[in-house]
Amino acid sequence: MEERVPAVELKGVCKRFGRIVANNNVNMSMYRGEILAVLGENGSGKTTLMNMISGIYFPDEGEVFVDGREVSIRSPKDAYELGIGMIHQHYKLVEIFSAAENIVLGVDADGRFDLKSETVRIRSICEKFGFSIDLSKKIYEMSVSEKQTVEIVKALYKGAEILILDEPTAVLTPQETKKLFSVLRAMKADGKCVVIITHKLNEVMEISDRVAVLRKGESVGSVETAETDMNALTQMMVGKQVILNIERPAPNNSVDRLFVKDLTCLNPEGFKVVDNVSFTAKSGEILGIAGIAGSGQRELLESIAGLQKIHAGEILYTNPSNGQTENLRNKTPMQIRNLGVRLSFVPEDRLGMGLVGNMDIIDNMMLRSYRKGKGVFLQRKPPKTLAERIIEELEVVTPDAKTPVRRLSGGNVQKVLVGREIASAPKVLMVAYPVRGLDINSSYMIYGLLNEQKRNGTCVIFVGEDLDVLLALCDRIVVLADGKVSGLVDARSATKDEIGLLMTKHGGSEEDEQ
Amino acid sequence: MSNNTKLHHNEPLIRLSKKTALPVWKAWAIRLGAFLFAVLFCAVIILILTGSNPIEVYRMMFSGSFGTSRKFWNMLQSLAMLLIVSVAVTPAFKMRFWNIGAEGQVLAGALGTAAVMIYCGGKLPAAVVYPLMVVTAVVCGMIWAVIPAIFKALYNTNETLFTLMMNYVATQLVAYLIVFWEKPKGSNVVGTINNPYGDGDWFPAVFGQKSFISIAVVLAITIAMFVYLKYSKHGYEISVVGESENTARYIGINVKKVILRTMLLSGAICGIAGLLLVAGTSSQTISTATAGGRGFTAIMVSWLAKFNPIEMILTSFILVFFERGAGEISSELSQSFASILTGIVLFCIIGSEFFINYKINFRKRHKEDKGGEAA
Repeated sequence: MEERVPAVELKGVCKRFGRIVANNNVNMSMYRGEILAVLGENGSGKTTLMNMISGIYFPDEGEVFVDGREVSIRSPKDAYELGIGMIHQHYKLVEIFSAAENIVLGVDADGRFDLKSETVRIRSICEKFGFSIDLSKKIYEMSVSEKQTVEIVKALYKGAEILILDEPTAVLTPQETKKLFSVLRAMKADGKCVVIITHKLNEVMEISDRVAVLRKGESVGSVETAETDMNALTQMMVGKQVILNIERPAPNNSVDRLFVKDLTCLNPEGFKVVDNVSFTAKSGEILGIAGIAGSGQRELLESIAGLQKIHAGEILYTNPSNGQTENLRNKTPMQIRNLGVRLSFVPEDRLGMGLVGNMDIIDNMMLRSYRKGKGVFLQRKPPKTLAERIIEELEVVTPDAKTPVRRLSGGNVQKVLVGREIASAPKVLMVAYPVRGLDINSSYMIYGLLNEQKRNGTCVIFVGEDLDVLLALCDRIVVLADGKVSGLVDARSATKDEIGLLMTKHGGSEEDEQ
Repeated sequence: MSNNTKLHHNEPLIRLSKKTALPVWKAWAIRLGAFLFAVLFCAVIILILTGSNPIEVYRMMFSGSFGTSRKFWNMLQSLAMLLIVSVAVTPAFKMRFWNIGAEGQVLAGALGTAAVMIYCGGKLPAAVVYPLMVVTAVVCGMIWAVIPAIFKALYNTNETLFTLMMNYVATQLVAYLIVFWEKPKGSNVVGTINNPYGDGDWFPAVFGQKSFISIAVVLAITIAMFVYLKYSKHGYEISVVGESENTARYIGINVKKVILRTMLLSGAICGIAGLLLVAGTSSQTISTATAGGRGFTAIMVSWLAKFNPIEMILTSFILVFFERGAGEISSELSQSFASILTGIVLFCIIGSEFFINYKINFRKRHKEDKGGEAA
């Protein structure tokens, strides 16, 4: 192993988007037969950097070397010719095609293309690395994990020797993650260069051989995984010591606030997306909702918020001011508010639903309050005060309150949204994936805000994807699988594996160690 | 393996990257620059294709709008008519409701006005007829606009096709009614509808100008629309619905109601435009060409001004200026030549938005000196 030539080497790479510097003077090398973790907070430029290797972006400055030769990667096609394949966070597959058709898509072949013989080749790749996949299955019938497998096989089929995976575990259950890791190890053993982009430290420790850390677009350095630990990595990533413990105050005088009873919702095609769901949410506690993405979390929250048509069942709300019980079923969001039900909702799709990207912070504050005040004209003063207060209290990084929110970074967008929702002093606060895409500091600030709401006696419903966080923050966790409640666990005693199994309980595909 | 191919590309010659928001004055400087470039470019085209002196051509075009006091007021009148239709389509466009039926809505308003003028003029007192004209024009415009809106709100039909088809219905309706209203008989034109209460004109002259009232009305509506869109709760709702229907639902805006209300407003203003075109212009008649394509040109005016009614004064001026200039040089060169010039100017102005949003990077030449240490 003397004087290894890096499979890919970056020297002084810079990328700017307008005034925003995504990457500045980044140096990094990756080798064959090695799993490199690119670690960094959200917004630290990991994905941008990898996109430059895979031909999506072109660096403004700096050089890229592949196997010691300087190259210029102008398109994903160039990248593939160099043996570089990237599996993006959002899969790029044709839904109505089968796995095999998606895998061979885009291959330049002379003469007649024989899908059958190619399928044999694909199958041999699958066997070699231990993928289990039905090649004739259509993409739209597949789970997220299966789609990811298709993407990886596709990259290998196209001859990728250098594989970059962008946050591959974000949407997987613990069991699926294990399976993915065993595949990655098989690829490493085959002499491939595997790069995973991640911000999850425990995964870095588990899978990688070496860690390259990015902070604010710059490379902080790289270390051998065996010679470091999670605290040291966090310090490299954030630049200062961070306490990684999430606080969990004991619930204070909890009373039942929201009853969801036998709730069923249908999607436009008539399938049950929420299937006979029942649970009770209490004041002064954080109720977690876990499940694989798309198990009915969104529809469940939307039906409580009055945005989803309810097919059967009810949602009962005990009004703390007069002790009366109101049925929220099939009421519009306005009616729910007019009833005195304070329901705040931080939807998954922040800029598509919770906020208007092209409007400035003040106008976004106004979304909740613009009807206030007499007359036909808007009152911009109160939302302006609120906007300024949130910017100050939640440390929102923005030139001013008049900046369109789409120009803010993900973390700041979320602060604006959560800040607005909390400002209306909700009795029930529903949050969906509130820390998705946020850096560590912002994430902990959001956890702190949720805990503060809990102490104030708010009933907090938290839909999350990171089981570690759910287990550390919540009091109880409802697990959804295929729209059904597959379990209700005490977050103080449950384990990750336990929840992981519940998440796939109704899915039918139980995994086993190979 | 594929990586021992002779892949050694050069950096691409030209790359685009996004700019951060420019200060307002810089953006306007770029637009002005584009305009000046267009003027220079047109001059070259004039010189090459016609051999005329470009300065002379420009002078003639300029005199089309500013040559005499009469030309100036005619220009203002044309500007006002284009502006009001542009202002009318704006709230719908801001809501991302692609109303391309302003032509028909204007015609419907014109039809209503003409009907009142013909059937009630002279038979009812003036104090009744004038308000009746306004109400009829507004209601007709509203009906034409709200029909597609109802179908959009209830059945999510495609408003672009629907409003477009409504234009043909309006045109055919006018063509049909001309048969009854033609004067003299057999001429197939309605002819001037005279004012039975005075000596001809329906709108009295103010400061010696017949068009003054029309222009003042349009200006008032333009300012009112600016205020409505920017400072009213309704205007805010329109923006939210336009930006994201999901957000609108999420905060409890009744999207259907906003669509209907906004289209009623849009139609009402189109109706008033129809009224002004029939009763406020010197011809005082109605024909299938009364709207004169303004319903379509207005879309361009509105987009160019980014849906800001005040900026529309400028954008509609640019279009009207060239249209009148075209008329002026048509005797010397040709009408279509003026269209070419208009096209070039618009292309440059619209194209300049690209330079406001993007930066062009050319290939750098510092590669050689750094290449050595790489190997």
